[in-house]
Amino acid sequence: MSSGFPLLSLIIWLPIIAGIAVLATGGDRNASMARWLALAGSIAGLLVAFPLYSGFDVLMGDMQFVEYHPWIEHFNIHYHLGVDGIAMPLILLNCFTTPLVVIAGWQVISNRVSQYMGALLIMSGIVNGVFSSLDAILFYAFWEASLIPMFLIIGIWGGPNRVYAAIKFFLYTLLGSLLMLVAFIYLYRASGGSFSIQDYHKLPLPLAPQILIFIAFLLAFAVKVPMWPVHTWLPDAHVEAPTGGSVVLAAILLKLGGYGFLRFSLPIVPDASQYLSGMMITLSLIGVVYIGLVALMQADMKKLIAYSSVSHMGFVTLGFFLFNAYGIEGAMVQMISHGFISAAMFLCVGVMYDRLHSRQIADYGGVANKMPVFAAFFMLFAMANAGLPGTSGFVGEFMVIMAAIKVNFWYAFLAATTLIFGAAYTLWMYKRVVFGAVANPAVESLKDINHREIFILTILAAAVLWMGVYPMPFTEVMHTTVDDLLAHVARGKL
Amino acid sequence: MKEMQSLYLLVPLAPLVGALIAGLLGRVIGPTWSHRATIGLMIVCVVASVTVFMDVLQGNTYNGTVYTWMITGDARFEIGFLIDQLSATMMVVVSFVSLMVHIYTIGYMHNDPGYQRFFSYISLFTFSMLMLVMANNFLQLFFGWEAVGLVSYLLIGFWFTRPTAVYANMKAFLVNRVGDFGFLLGIGLVLMYFGTLDYASVFSQAPQLAHQTIEIIPGSPWMLLSVTCILLFVGAMGKSAQFPLHVWLPDSMEGPTPISALIHAATMVTAGIFMVARMSPLFELSDTALSVILVIGGITTLSMALVAIVQNDIKRVVAYSTLSQLGYMTVALGASAYSVAVFHLMTHAFFKAVLFLGAGSVIIAMHHEQDMRKMGGLKKYMPITYWTMFMAALASSGVPGFSGFFSKDAIIEAVHFADIPGSGFAYFCVLSTVFITALYTFRLVFMTFHGKPRMDHHTEEHLHESPWVVTLPLTILAIPTICAGWLIGPMLFGGYFGEAIYFSPQHGAVAQMAAEFHGVVGMMTHSLSTAPFWLSIGGIFTAWYLYMVRTDLPAKIKQAAGPLFILLDRKYFIDEFYSWLFAGGARALGAGLWKIGDVKVIDGFVVNGTARMVGLTAVLVRRFQSGYIYHYAFTMIVGVFVLISLWS
Repeated sequence: MSSGFPLLSLIIWLPIIAGIAVLATGGDRNASMARWLALAGSIAGLLVAFPLYSGFDVLMGDMQFVEYHPWIEHFNIHYHLGVDGIAMPLILLNCFTTPLVVIAGWQVISNRVSQYMGALLIMSGIVNGVFSSLDAILFYAFWEASLIPMFLIIGIWGGPNRVYAAIKFFLYTLLGSLLMLVAFIYLYRASGGSFSIQDYHKLPLPLAPQILIFIAFLLAFAVKVPMWPVHTWLPDAHVEAPTGGSVVLAAILLKLGGYGFLRFSLPIVPDASQYLSGMMITLSLIGVVYIGLVALMQADMKKLIAYSSVSHMGFVTLGFFLFNAYGIEGAMVQMISHGFISAAMFLCVGVMYDRLHSRQIADYGGVANKMPVFAAFFMLFAMANAGLPGTSGFVGEFMVIMAAIKVNFWYAFLAATTLIFGAAYTLWMYKRVVFGAVANPAVESLKDINHREIFILTILAAAVLWMGVYPMPFTEVMHTTVDDLLAHVARGKL
Repeated sequence: MKEMQSLYLLVPLAPLVGALIAGLLGRVIGPTWSHRATIGLMIVCVVASVTVFMDVLQGNTYNGTVYTWMITGDARFEIGFLIDQLSATMMVVVSFVSLMVHIYTIGYMHNDPGYQRFFSYISLFTFSMLMLVMANNFLQLFFGWEAVGLVSYLLIGFWFTRPTAVYANMKAFLVNRVGDFGFLLGIGLVLMYFGTLDYASVFSQAPQLAHQTIEIIPGSPWMLLSVTCILLFVGAMGKSAQFPLHVWLPDSMEGPTPISALIHAATMVTAGIFMVARMSPLFELSDTALSVILVIGGITTLSMALVAIVQNDIKRVVAYSTLSQLGYMTVALGASAYSVAVFHLMTHAFFKAVLFLGAGSVIIAMHHEQDMRKMGGLKKYMPITYWTMFMAALASSGVPGFSGFFSKDAIIEAVHFADIPGSGFAYFCVLSTVFITALYTFRLVFMTFHGKPRMDHHTEEHLHESPWVVTLPLTILAIPTICAGWLIGPMLFGGYFGEAIYFSPQHGAVAQMAAEFHGVVGMMTHSLSTAPFWLSIGGIFTAWYLYMVRTDLPAKIKQAAGPLFILLDRKYFIDEFYSWLFAGGARALGAGLWKIGDVKVIDGFVVNGTARMVGLTAVLVRRFQSGYIYHYAFTMIVGVFVLISLWS
């Protein structure tokens, strides 16, 4: 499928170059120019991603749009790009989210506009790089680079406790990924000097090193997802991050962890993955149930949605380690759906925060009286978060529960409790914030959402409903890749 | 045939379009055009439903796909329609009652600020309910199932500034979710063992899996179909408000009355009954599941009817009556008399809609007063409301000739003939409840419409009959309230349901009834010599004696009953128990896991602990870098000694 045109490079570097151009507009005197340039850059980034979908061959299991150039020849490191049915949807999700985040920060971010917008665009390009790298060192470079813009976004535009949150975020994720680098170096030696991820897929390995490599990968990816018990950086990061930062963090950065499991853990160490699947399933289910209960008790809306994210991402890791097609495709669908829904939920909280500068549930009440249009959107996304059929939130959870019941009835039983807990924490928050009589003069002063906000929420609402009513196009692109992956894992390497 | 298929699509889509118009454009086009648009499209929906129904009566059933929702693994999930006698009956009942409620709403919600929103919701509800009954697979059933739950949630909380309303709607949604939890697991087992969610292929494979076992608890094999059917029935218990998941329905009366009639009486709550009838090829293979259904239905029938006697809120009486009547339908399902359950579902939809809409009419006249102790003597002011409600009360009490009589008598007969374990208990429940039903229904009629007016002078002066938009639906609905029962011959014993409902040869209740059935008149004359008739007459007489003749007696009985009265008045303390155990328990657990698990152990000990360890080590190590030469020299000497002593 390699037509010679470096499409993936364009998808990676266009936003980065646009981001640098935005940075070059300088101080806040040129804020307006920075905004428009950022918007143009992000939309261009989305447009160039379309051919990735239209030119994608759903029947082909191999990597597509491959680019292969030597980079550091001494260590056999290559600039090697390519996507399959797992990476492609995630790239599209990323490109789709970036313009929305730019628009969401349009009026809200008023100081250091060019840096903020620049950081967003650069991060978007870096994340595309993570999803399309087929060389371990290239991957690692993009992977670690993605930390920097987010670190800055939280640390500069964040809330009062932003420095603690930014450092916690950075150290937590950095510590995890260092062991991944160690694993890469081991694999480099074991494979006789290759950093090609596809070589690693074929590399035979005994069980003992497989388990060690699995654990090294696990730390890197589990922190990112995040899985219980290494999730505690996420609520802090979300609470302190500006709305746009939260959206990118939840919708995109968490997906890096999920992607890592599918690209590295499962294919490189398939036998260890199966050997340790019991542990992974247990951790995922603890995540779903424990975090669901913790979310119930949150007084801060952003913290509540952050915990809800952890609980929903538990479905992703659960789906991966059930080793059947429903599970892995369901987990992929869940990742994309979570991208839409968590983005929308954080934007909804952002809408209220922009007006009242509080995220505390107790400071609200009766918002529907003053903001009926907003209340309708928020209702839709709350229901999607609670996994209502007809919204995207249902599809992934449904598939993973169906996958779980095939393996063990009790896995499905525990996973399905999210039907109750997910609805409980989401609707209880909605009730306290939106329903009721106007709670205080601050709520009385609220103005309903403006055209800019309606525009963003409408797009996300359309995505949530489309995926709920007709998920076929989303799963169609994954089939071949997922089938190949499952066959590969089933064969094993021993 | 092609035209019929587009007609099938038109049935659910017309109300959906109506909902979108009223919901999205409501502010632009205003209240009048909103109700015109939704009602116009509802008329389209009713006409299309009736046309489809006529076509089905000709024997033209249909099972086909509209589009493929998703393909994953080895399974296809599709959106499609199954149009047969069962779904066509439901389509007509749902769309007809819905149209009546749409018209009624013009009067009831007049001048409400949320007028357009209300029309949007009830049209959306109609769409969801039609998707549910027309589904040809479990997935779409679940979609409709949850979507009606959503609209019910939105409508119970319609007046969202009332704390009780927004509490009730969340409670309704969550209790329903508990049922859906079981339902989804049941669907999971179906998909796992049958490899498809399509009704037709599942039902055709069912006999082969009749002896399949499953070890949910390792070492104890259970029958697969029993487990599956009970899980599916848990879903029905949530939606159709069966004990112990019934707690949400009485509270749902916080919603406006038209939706109490449409959603919480005539249609949505019967979804569980419909679902079990639809799954008859599965349930017929498990006597264990049928036993469970019989017992749950029996408990609901009797216990909820008892609570209805002590209610003073007019809507709550009708709500508990609905619970009890749903219990009747459930018992019929358990007795393997699915067609009888659906028949009672239909007659109940009509007479209960009249009771609710009539109650709503009274509430409008009383300026939103719902306490029956402040009513009385309304008969002369509201003759149409009175007479239609009176007919519905007779039907509800099972007086011969009225619709409820035929369906309820058929249920009692079916339980009598059933030989499934638990049928003895269920028979006792349904029989004794006949008396109680007549008692509480006529208590309502007498307290509201007869006797001396007990309202204040101001209210009494303004009493008048409701406008025609309210009385017209009442009158129209009163017609089937009286005569729908006369269809019992063809519907139950004339092979009406064809292959839509399956009866296993072992369960002969309906066949036995058919053998003893000698026409409508025969059934009525025969009933005069049976217990249900005298129980029902006795109930009406008791109500008349207590609330018309010796009005001092009820207070004395209340005194004498003491704890028993408190038990009924507090609805067996189930609400208190649930809120303590589940709501309190979940909150305590959540707080514990958060404050101890996350904050203390993971963050406090592991994460920040690690940071502190690094810090402490750094403090220690920093001591060594004092900058004084003699410190370094001393350390060097110690080092040299250690090395020498180690290697010498």
